[in-house]
Amino acid sequence: MAAGERYHDRVAGWLTGFAVLWSLLGMTAGVYIAAELVWPTIDFGQEWLSYGRLRNLHTNAVIFGFGVSALMATAFYSVQRTCHAPLFAPGLAWFVAIAWQAGVLAGGVSLLAGWNGGKEYAELEWPFDIAIAVVWVCFAVVFFGTIARRRIQPIYVSNWFYGALIIVIAMLHIVNSLAIPVTWSKSYSLFAGAQDAVVQWWYGHNAVGFLLTGGFLGMLYYFLPKHADRPIWSYRLSIVAFWAFTYSYIWAGPHHLHYNAVPEWVQSLGMVMSLVLLAPSWATMVNGVMTVAGAWEKLRTDPALKFIVLSLAFYGLATFEGPMMSIKSVNVVSHFTDWTVGHVHSGALGWNALITFGTFYFLVPRLVGAELYSTRLANWHFWLALAGVMLYVLAMWGAGVSQGLLWLSLDEIGELSFSFKDIMASMAPYYALRLVAGVVFLSGAALMAINLWMTVQGRAVVRVAPPPVAEGAV
Amino acid sequence: MNAVDLHRRLERNSGWLIFGILFVSAIGGLVQVLPSVLDDSLATPAADAKPYGPVELTGRDIYIRESCGVCHSQQVRPLLAEVRRYGPFSKAGEFAFDRPFLWGSKRTGPDLHRIGGRYSDVWHRLHLLDPRAVVPDSIMPAYPWLGERAADAEGAIQAKMRALRRLGHPYTDAEIDAAPAALEGLTEVDALVAYLQGLGTPGGDAR
Ligand code: HEC
Ligand code: HEM
Repeated sequence: MAAGERYHDRVAGWLTGFAVLWSLLGMTAGVYIAAELVWPTIDFGQEWLSYGRLRNLHTNAVIFGFGVSALMATAFYSVQRTCHAPLFAPGLAWFVAIAWQAGVLAGGVSLLAGWNGGKEYAELEWPFDIAIAVVWVCFAVVFFGTIARRRIQPIYVSNWFYGALIIVIAMLHIVNSLAIPVTWSKSYSLFAGAQDAVVQWWYGHNAVGFLLTGGFLGMLYYFLPKHADRPIWSYRLSIVAFWAFTYSYIWAGPHHLHYNAVPEWVQSLGMVMSLVLLAPSWATMVNGVMTVAGAWEKLRTDPALKFIVLSLAFYGLATFEGPMMSIKSVNVVSHFTDWTVGHVHSGALGWNALITFGTFYFLVPRLVGAELYSTRLANWHFWLALAGVMLYVLAMWGAGVSQGLLWLSLDEIGELSFSFKDIMASMAPYYALRLVAGVVFLSGAALMAINLWMTVQGRAVVRVAPPPVAEGAV
Repeated sequence: MNAVDLHRRLERNSGWLIFGILFVSAIGGLVQVLPSVLDDSLATPAADAKPYGPVELTGRDIYIRESCGVCHSQQVRPLLAEVRRYGPFSKAGEFAFDRPFLWGSKRTGPDLHRIGGRYSDVWHRLHLLDPRAVVPDSIMPAYPWLGERAADAEGAIQAKMRALRRLGHPYTDAEIDAAPAALEGLTEVDALVAYLQGLGTPGGDAR
């Protein structure tokens, strides 16, 4: 180790800050569209406030702004520590961090302007698709470059997950974005109709899989043992779960296309593999829970750990619910309804947001060398988050199951029992409840932003050096 | 060599790890997605399907721009109740000219695949500009700006049709030449209504 070599933590710190900002912005957009479903006229006839455009801003801001920034921050932070080496090409790491923010910001504006590729979670048009690919490759260079210069031989498990995130998302993004540009804001997909659907859900499902699930498992595998101050419970289980996860996730996309106009074998395979997926998903959960077991007493004093443990519970819930919804006879009811939206948010709020919040409460004080400003505020945040996500999921279960059943309901003579409009009108209380849930969840996040900001105000200069490595250990 | 030893090797060599991840994650796509992309039966247009005309195509792109698809599916499943409610179930060949596909994943509003011919043009226009004018408790957004703008203000229709022709949509030179004239004087809402009225009625005359 060269004298004076230091971990590059400032870039992780800034990415953390950006992630917090995106969470506030993205969730405010979420609250706003939730409100539009209650009061449809609050777009005031403005295009950029219109539900369709704002919803795209919501999903992109939370997934690519909040989610990816948080993943980049924690990947940069943890890869140095698990490799005992500073970042490879730190200048490039800064480029990745800044270019990503600029890209998501400009992309968000383009979505409000109505630029839209028309595919879910891949709405951004082709100029952004190219920019994303370039930044992503730079991310890969920094990440794998750091791994290549590591000073301890085994590559730690968190890095397998971050690595899979980088590689698989690159593959999915490039294939699914293939299109012929017409103007700056318009392109036509290389695939059409049913084939486009199969490709899109291979992308869409695995963007959830490798980004919102796999990427965040990387976060879990690094930060949970750190929090709990105990090693991962079973190394073997983590190996098996990782490869089973990487192999089986890819197949599950067609569960988004049950009873749609794609071949039967594609649907059935998607269903079976979705059920298989339960095993590696829960294996990881067991590994996490067993790692905390024995550190339970820390839960009383450490709000950050509380967030992480709760996020594991929601991870378990969502990865159980998902395979269940992939069963065709369940999917008949759940597909196209708010049940799906509830499922998405039990993962998005309960798992992704909570584990990230917990990680930030742990990370920010360490990055700035100060105590967390207020444990009390963090505890308040915890209860608001729990109440928010529970209300959200309950409201959407109620809405979704009743929609699903009422739409399909036939009377004795085989006529439809209810008109679409009556069913729509009966959703009002559920949508109102979801709005309340969103406001509660968002106010918790706002408390976190204040808490972290105050923590940063008390900062000292922190520079952490890699531990010395014995000669010949590499 | 047992599995754990194999893994010891992978986790000590970043090149092998990258390759391993790429290989393992690609299998599903190669076995499941690639055959679908090569399966011609999925891409063969239904007998009476033809590419969107310039007005419908423009309307479809407005539908995409406004993300109508986040609230509306275009996919009638082969279920009794669904066929009762919406009409004949959807078949792959009906979507052969859909780039991208717009099946959707959420029905905040009803499915639209068979909406063509169900209402009058006037109803659609009123409904799109202000849904609550015709359906008092509707939660669909109003789109007043669609009534104010020229359908193809950008003048991109010919470039669009040429791009699609490169992807195999059989437009003739004459059709492309005539396209701007077909859009002359139309507003965005006109184009969108034309698109909706053609939905689920390939060839425009199935109903
Ligand atoms: C916030 C969700 C939402 C968005 C976005 C939305 N709609 Fe709707 N739409 C609805 C709802 C709810 C209904 C049922 C109530 C009604 O008829 O207004 C509906 C009804 C319709 C109907 C009548 C269907 C029938 O069978 O009666 C049409 C046509 C329609 N929408 C077209 C569109 C188009 C075109 C767009 C985009 C410009 C769009 N919608 C955007 C929610 C939405
Ligand atoms: C304050 C918190 C939030 C609120 C109120 C909220 C609200 C909403 C609403 C109203 C929708 C549209 C649902 C519909 O189509 O009917 C939506 C969709 C979505 N949201 Fe959120 N959201 C919140 C937080 C988040 C977070 C943190 C994430 C991800 C990390 C997220 C990810 C998504 C996704 C992926 C969708 C698309 C769902 C689908 O297509 O089925 N949301 N959200």
